Amino acid sequence: MQNPLRSEAEAFRFLIVVIGGAVVIVAAAYINTWLGVAAAVIVVAGVARWYWRQPSPQPPRLALRDDRPHPRRILVIANETVGGRPLREEVAKRAAQGTAEILVVAPALNSPVKHWVSDEDGARAEAQQRVDASVARLAETGASVRGEIGDAEPLQAIEDALRTFGADEIVLSTHPEGRSHWLEQGLVDEARRRFAVPITHVVVDLEAEREEVR
Amino acid sequence: MAAHAEHLEHHGPPAPHYSSRVSPSILGMFLFIASEIMLFGSFFTAYFFVRVVNATPWPTPPYHLPIYVAFINTCILVTSSFTMHWALQSIKRGNVWGLRAGLLLTFLMGLTFLITQAIEYSRIGFNTSNGGFATIFFCLTGLHGAHVFVGLSILLFMTIRAFRGHFSAEHHHGVEIGGIYWHFVDVMWIVVYVTVYIL
Repeated sequence: MQNPLRSEAEAFRFLIVVIGGAVVIVAAAYINTWLGVAAAVIVVAGVARWYWRQPSPQPPRLALRDDRPHPRRILVIANETVGGRPLREEVAKRAAQGTAEILVVAPALNSPVKHWVSDEDGARAEAQQRVDASVARLAETGASVRGEIGDAEPLQAIEDALRTFGADEIVLSTHPEGRSHWLEQGLVDEARRRFAVPITHVVVDLEAEREEVR
Repeated sequence: MAAHAEHLEHHGPPAPHYSSRVSPSILGMFLFIASEIMLFGSFFTAYFFVRVVNATPWPTPPYHLPIYVAFINTCILVTSSFTMHWALQSIKRGNVWGLRAGLLLTFLMGLTFLITQAIEYSRIGFNTSNGGFATIFFCLTGLHGAHVFVGLSILLFMTIRAFRGHFSAEHHHGVEIGGIYWHFVDVMWIVVYVTVYIL
C-alpha cells in the first residue's frame, strides 16, 4: 500500500485526485442524487483500491558482507521447519565443504494484533524453543552453529541478521507449496529481490517426515 | 561490498536502524491520519444525522449559503497548494528565491482564505443557535478553519526560516512536512466544500 501523505509531492498528487473525484461526484449528483451517491461510492472505493494496490517504496538491495578472511557464513531462516531433515542435509553439505559458521534465525511468529501491541512474549518463547532444538540438531553436522530469535516479519528478520552477521549465503526453509504462508506471500522471490546475497530455498515437509517415523 | 566498506569506515554513532515493528515515521503518520479521520468523522456523522436522518432542509430556509464566495475561497486555497508545491520544487533545484516566493504566496493566500471566511461568518445572517443546520455548518467550517490557522502558523515559521536561509537543496525536510500538512488541509476543504456548500 502506498501512503498518499508520505511526501509533499504525493500529497499534492492526492489533492489533484481528490479534486478530480469531487468534480465527478458533484456532476453526478447534479444529474440525480442517487447517481451522486453511487459516484461517491465508486470514486472513493476506486481511489482507495488504487492506493492499496500501489507497491510500497522499496529500500535499496542490502548486502552487508565482511571482506576480512572468515569461515563461510550461512544464515538460516526457518519457522517450524527449523529441525527438518532437508534443512539438516543442506547444512551438513555446506559444513562438509569446509569451515562454516551458521546462524539460525527463527522469526517470532505472531498474530497481527499482538504484533502491533507488542505482545510478543509468547511468540518469542516458542521461537526460542525452536532455535534451541534446531541449534542442537544442526551442531551434529559439525558446523559452528548459534541461534537467535528474529523479528516476526521474516524479511525484517533477515535484514536484522545481515546487519550483524554479514552472511555469504542465506538458506530459507519453508513448508511445501500450499501449506506455507511464506510462499503464499512470495517471501523467497521478495528476499531474492531485496538482498544481494545468494539464497537457497529448502522445502521441508514435516508431515511426510512424521509419516516416515510411523 | 561497498556497503560493507562504508559500514566499517563509519565513525560516530551507528546509523538509525528501526529493526522491529513499524517505522516511527510511518506509524506517526498513520496515527495522525487516524486521529484526523476520527475528528472530522465525528463532525460529518453529526452532519449526516442532521441532514439525512432528520431530513433537515439544507440550508434551512430562510438562510442561504454564500456558495460563490466559498467557491472563490476554494480556488484561492487550491492555488495555494500549487504555490506550495512550486516552493518545494524550487528548493529541490536549489532555487532559494523560488522557495521564498512560493512560501510567501502560499501564506498570503491562506491568510486571505481565513479572513474571507471570517468576513463570511460575520455576514452570513445566522449563528450557531439557529438550529442543527447552522450548528453543523459552523462546526465543520470552523474545524477546518482551525486547521488552516495551524497550517498558517507552520507556514509563517517556514517562511521566516526560508528568508533566514535555513533551507537548501539538500536540507528542506521542514518544508516537506509543512507541505504535506498544507495539502492535507486543502483536501479536507474540498470534502467540506462539496458536502456543505454544493451537495
